[in-house]
Amino acid sequence: MAVTREDVMHIAKLARLGVDPATVDSLTRELSAILGHMDVLAQTDTSATPPAEGVGSGGTPLRPDVGAAPSLDKPLESFAPAMKDGFFIVPRLATHDDSRGGA
Amino acid sequence: MTAYTELGAAAIASGVRAREAAPAELVKAAFERARHIGVDKNALNIFLSSDEKASVEEAEEMNERIDSATDLGVLAGVPVAVKDNIATLGLTTSCGSRILEGYVSPYEATAVRRLRAHGAFVIAKTNMDEFAMGSSTENSAFGPAKNPVDVRCVPGGSSGGSAAAVAAGIVRIALGSETGGSVRQPAAFCGVVGVKPTYGRVSRFGLVAFASSLDQIGVLGRTVDDAALALEVIAGFDERDSTTAEADVPLYRMSALGRPVPQALDPDMEATRIGRTPVPLAPPPGPATLEGIVIGKPREYFPADLDPAIRDLCERSFDRLRAMGAVIRDVSLPRTALAIPAYYIIAPAEASSNLARFDGVRYGLRAAADRGLQDMYEQTRSRGFGPEVTRRVLLGTYVLSAGYYDAYYKKAQAVRTLIAADFSDVFASGVHALFTPTAPTTAFRLGAVTDPYEMYLNDIFTATANLAGVPAMSIPIGRVHHLPVGGQVIAAHFDEYNMFRVAYALEASLGAEAHA
Repeated sequence: MAVTREDVMHIAKLARLGVDPATVDSLTRELSAILGHMDVLAQTDTSATPPAEGVGSGGTPLRPDVGAAPSLDKPLESFAPAMKDGFFIVPRLATHDDSRGGA
Repeated sequence: MTAYTELGAAAIASGVRAREAAPAELVKAAFERARHIGVDKNALNIFLSSDEKASVEEAEEMNERIDSATDLGVLAGVPVAVKDNIATLGLTTSCGSRILEGYVSPYEATAVRRLRAHGAFVIAKTNMDEFAMGSSTENSAFGPAKNPVDVRCVPGGSSGGSAAAVAAGIVRIALGSETGGSVRQPAAFCGVVGVKPTYGRVSRFGLVAFASSLDQIGVLGRTVDDAALALEVIAGFDERDSTTAEADVPLYRMSALGRPVPQALDPDMEATRIGRTPVPLAPPPGPATLEGIVIGKPREYFPADLDPAIRDLCERSFDRLRAMGAVIRDVSLPRTALAIPAYYIIAPAEASSNLARFDGVRYGLRAAADRGLQDMYEQTRSRGFGPEVTRRVLLGTYVLSAGYYDAYYKKAQAVRTLIAADFSDVFASGVHALFTPTAPTTAFRLGAVTDPYEMYLNDIFTATANLAGVPAMSIPIGRVHHLPVGGQVIAAHFDEYNMFRVAYALEASLGAEAHA
């Protein structure tokens, strides 16, 4: 199944990847070539085969939904890009700017 | 002291417990060897971070404890290296990526904690393909690692730095991680032993996630015994990883004696557990018997176009296994050819989800962006991720997106069921282990493989075990044009004991021929 340039731009947006426009054509060719090798799967009859839902025969056992968070060796502030008063600081949402501008 | 660094990990630890070797001297010897070999960016480029001063100080603290009655552990004083996607305290955990450059984890992986609790010292973090995506370590953001056997060649990947550190004689044991062959293939390329345990055998807590249903921490060792000892230490249930199994962990080193799994009350087993091992400290002096063991030879792993020299070395191994009493049986795993297409849908799909966490908010790189939050995400991820990670995140997003999910992702998961059934069927038929080549080629030249899918084909004999969740390991079985060749032993779920039993026996039978 051939991937188009528009497909690449669309999935880059979904994946929050800022793809350099100069690389879109080569990515389009590479992804199309890779997916071309996957077409063999379509020829395999899996109509009576359930998708794998776990690894191994027993699957993942259910356990009580409890668990202690690991204790951290150092504070969040030591590795967070930006923090203030215990909160991670991020840039303003562009949509907030828009709504403010329109008010 | 030099003599100790040439011994196996079990013998080194015995020497430390007997006060015949000083831990600090062992650590210094490892760093001395690293300097001699050249591990930095201008040479083999196999260490991404290390702190000799801190490591020596840690070892000196053990020197002081030796005189007390403290149990020092079965890895007392053994220096180890750890792949850079496994969380450690003190040293960086960058995953070979710019997006985590300089990041130091605030907690450590369970596997690392268990190694240290048994007396091992983590002396370095090793180079790797970015986020474990690659088969050559050329995808590291910090430059490619080189193979100590031939510096013109890649060490394999993605755990290339760990395999190279063991092959170069710096450490006897290193941790790597597996998603589709990332321990076994570099082990084969570098001429060392590499083990991928059963999915659920080793805790993934602290392993930076790539594809969670496939990922496992594995071990690299100079010998089968080094790898078996390390796996005994790190294996077992962990409440911090709900996918770990509550199954008992046999003492894998006991398999060197060529006997079935020992009972819990076996005095030899108890002696091994506390470090007074009845197992030979050197490789077993003679071939152990494999009477009663059936080894499958899957025809799909020996295609007509397999390199004849690699085929010949595998045939020699079959001859040795047969001579030790094993029955060799032709078997079939008919869906093997579907493994690479299925794997390269499932793994990128999971990666596209797992790597969403690298967005510049909580840790790692944050790129300057002046057009709001979305812009910051995109700038951070485009600057932080290299070409292969970008490619796989896009591929994974595509196969999970509306309109393509059923055709690709759901289909691949159904094929995965069939591949797992192939293994279940063959092991249910009375086969104890399978023997195959680990990789279709020997180590290739740096820069020689540029097509992404051609690189993916390196995993053709290894990805099947990850998809099925079964344990598998690579051991050296000879050389072709001076480059190492690995033979792969695959066993049923949680049957690492028989896998090691076959590997110990073959290693002992081949002796020096495994490296000639």
